Amino acid sequence: MSFKATAREASGVMVVDVSGRITLGEGSAMLREMVRDLLDKGQKRIILNLGDVNYIDSSGIGELVSGFTTVKNQGGELKLLNLTKKVHDLLQITKLYTVFDVHNDEGSAVSSFRG
Amino acid sequence: MTAETKRIAVTLETLLDSVDLAEDITLRVAEAAGFDEDNRYRIGMSVREAMINAVEYGNQHSRGKKIFLVLELEPHKLVIHIRDQGPGFDLKDIPDPLAEENLLRTSGRGIFLMRAFMDEFDLRRAPQGGAELVMAKRYSGAGPGAPEPRSGGKEE
Repeated sequence: MSFKATAREASGVMVVDVSGRITLGEGSAMLREMVRDLLDKGQKRIILNLGDVNYIDSSGIGELVSGFTTVKNQGGELKLLNLTKKVHDLLQITKLYTVFDVHNDEGSAVSSFRG
Repeated sequence: MTAETKRIAVTLETLLDSVDLAEDITLRVAEAAGFDEDNRYRIGMSVREAMINAVEYGNQHSRGKKIFLVLELEPHKLVIHIRDQGPGFDLKDIPDPLAEENLLRTSGRGIFLMRAFMDEFDLRRAPQGGAELVMAKRYSGAGPGAPEPRSGGKEE
């Protein structure tokens, strides 16, 4: 399945529904562009819904890290939602699971931005 | 079943498309060898990472250079060789991606993933020059010993 990302707004937070593979080339580049676009529009509360992402390579992991630090450096937050087992396991073994704020429920992910 | 090693050799262009091609070829061989879905994923990912290394850091996108993929179905394991024509590198020069100070680096996890996903991993300086990554995955749990590839692939 090829990469696809669609942004929608939920209670002041931008939720990006991502599907397909986040790999070197198209997937990583499109994700980078999406995050950059949101930041350019002043959207600094971002959730990446990875529920339909079944494959990420090291380049894709790098892109998630890049998005996380870019958003953070601009005073915002990027959180992850609905990790598939493969993505969850990859973030575990690379010790990134504790770096990201990961949620399994969109409501809790959105409300975690408040306060 | 035969105890002899079956060997498939493919020469690839230094292109990002070759990363997908090498992964596809390897996944077909791994499936024919009887590896389950989880192990096919690990093998495919390892080849993908090795190919990215070869394209980006080994051959440095030089179209005049090639990448050599060899898959060997040995009696007890699948052995994968990926050789580039770059300057070569040393594993001790690769920063530990799990070190606190490296966690937020956007690259440098490929070698780590290959080591995590494969049963054997080695980096050699190829006699012809370039770096040669050699990885292996044992059939244990993946099927009854040395398999007969079902179809496809060139045997030497």
